[in-house]
Amino acid sequence: MIHSSSPTPSWQIWTRPGWWRKLSISQVIVEILKYFILITLAVSFLLPFFWMATSALKDDSQVYTFPPVWIPRPAHWNNFPDAWNFLPFNLYLFNTVVKYAVPSTIGTVLSSALVAYGFARIRWPGRDILFSICLMTMMVPGQVTLIPLFITFKKMGWVNTYLPLVVPAYFGNAYFIFMLRQFFRTIPLELSDAARIDGASEFAILFHVILPLVRPALAVVALFQFMWTWNDYFGPLIYVNIRPQWTLALGLEHLRNQATQVGTKVLAYPYLMAVSTIITLPIVLLFFFAQRTFIEGITLTGMKG
Amino acid sequence: MTVSVFRGFRTLSYRERRNLLLGVIFTSPWLIGFLLWTVYPLLAAIYYSLTRYDIMRPPIFIGLKNYKDLITSDETFRIVMHNTLYWVALSAPSGVISAFLMATLLNTRILGRSLFRAIFFFPAIVPVFVTAMVWRYLLNIQYGAINAVLQELGLSTIPFLSNPQLVKPTLLVINMWAQGNAMVIFLATLQDVPRSLYEAATVDGANAWHKFWHITIPMCSPVILFNLIMGFIGSFQYFTLPWLLTQGGPNRATEFYALYLYRNAFQWLRMGKAAALAWILFIITVVFTVILFRTSARFVYYASEEERG
Repeated sequence: MIHSSSPTPSWQIWTRPGWWRKLSISQVIVEILKYFILITLAVSFLLPFFWMATSALKDDSQVYTFPPVWIPRPAHWNNFPDAWNFLPFNLYLFNTVVKYAVPSTIGTVLSSALVAYGFARIRWPGRDILFSICLMTMMVPGQVTLIPLFITFKKMGWVNTYLPLVVPAYFGNAYFIFMLRQFFRTIPLELSDAARIDGASEFAILFHVILPLVRPALAVVALFQFMWTWNDYFGPLIYVNIRPQWTLALGLEHLRNQATQVGTKVLAYPYLMAVSTIITLPIVLLFFFAQRTFIEGITLTGMKG
Repeated sequence: MTVSVFRGFRTLSYRERRNLLLGVIFTSPWLIGFLLWTVYPLLAAIYYSLTRYDIMRPPIFIGLKNYKDLITSDETFRIVMHNTLYWVALSAPSGVISAFLMATLLNTRILGRSLFRAIFFFPAIVPVFVTAMVWRYLLNIQYGAINAVLQELGLSTIPFLSNPQLVKPTLLVINMWAQGNAMVIFLATLQDVPRSLYEAATVDGANAWHKFWHITIPMCSPVILFNLIMGFIGSFQYFTLPWLLTQGGPNRATEFYALYLYRNAFQWLRMGKAAALAWILFIITVVFTVILFRTSARFVYYASEEERG
């Protein structure tokens, strides 16, 4: 049943009156089973986050009642501002966005586009070897280079600043270089040649001819890099692990530790879930508005190997 | 060497020389970054791995002692290797299977496919540190929703995170649950499989299972390999979820490679030993990837080669 090749698109079957009479019993069973599995899976993917969001609205007694309440009444909406201000999460938000996500996103987009152009649109000896080396660096585990880099940054006095997290972003990211190169190669070479005849430099061609044509791809790079930094825990854990420099991830971890240290401290779980919900919300909104960009980006980098 | 390169450079035409210069200029961020952030640290890690070094005092050269100690006398390292190999062997394949089955399901005729796709993808975009907090709460033996449901059904509670026997399977399930990226890649691959293949198979009387096994899987095998390799590389570096969910416990059952490396480097300041761990990890990853690529020729089907041949 999985790949039956009827010419009728799936949804049309349902719109016809008496569609169910056309299905055999076994088809009906398969259909029911399919939707049962689909809905069970969908529930399993969403329920943890539903639990997160509703638990954020509980007070102490609602957390520790048995059986647990899924939708607390009354709902304690003020948990959101209270939890947010319990630790200086405004500062952590500022650190995450202004010191980390935005500068590293700008750096990644600019440098990856520049490098991808060199690999995609200029023919020069050694290019293909270097490009395959570039691809191979994707396979080097980050933990292998971590120790010497940490030691170097420590000696330079960069530890506990955002420089170790942001500066490397200005040297291109192999993953995005690969992706942008794929996009650049789809643009006809005649466009560049025409611009060259008009006397445009390679930089002018990149910025005025190529980049405007691959705006969706640049959006993918920016979106992914922003999301990676927003979701990054390990980088900040290593390099900016002092209170005034914490990111949202480190702040949330600290909130968790406080909660468990005090044992059954009032509002421990609801506060944790409230801040978790607030941190997840921008990602959900980004995903909601840019779902196509997300999915196209993943597909492109994953497939055209 | 230099002479021949120089001569080679001299024999290039003006245009070729200009292009070489431009190519190097445009790729220079990556070229410099490659030397600074990959080549130098890889080489420096070899040096540090031969020393005892706590950052405060200068490194002391001790030869291969770090490697020797790790392999011969470090009891924790043995446990860590066991945990990591268990994790790598099971999490990458189970993740790929989970992603592939979800994609196959979404590729059938269903109402609201894009809605289901978005929901299936969703756990992959939520920050892992948030996921860890939520699962910790959900799986809590006293207040967690999952154990409460079990109790209401008249079953006994399950110590998902506090039983050393159960904690790794629990992590495996959480890993299979967050396979949105691989799933989206598979879904796109499935949609690219020519329908004519299925039609021909139907004419020949193949049933759904035959078609799945003899058309869908071979046509997707290069992408399966890609996702498998990415899964293997990722699972060797598995850190955030076990670190936040179980801190390596209970009884070191989730003390994976990356956790042990982190502890050595940043909790115990044994940079030399951590560098040795890093190099062992690097070698294992390279060997693993090469073996996968070499053996893959047997079970990966490349449609384009067939066309060329």
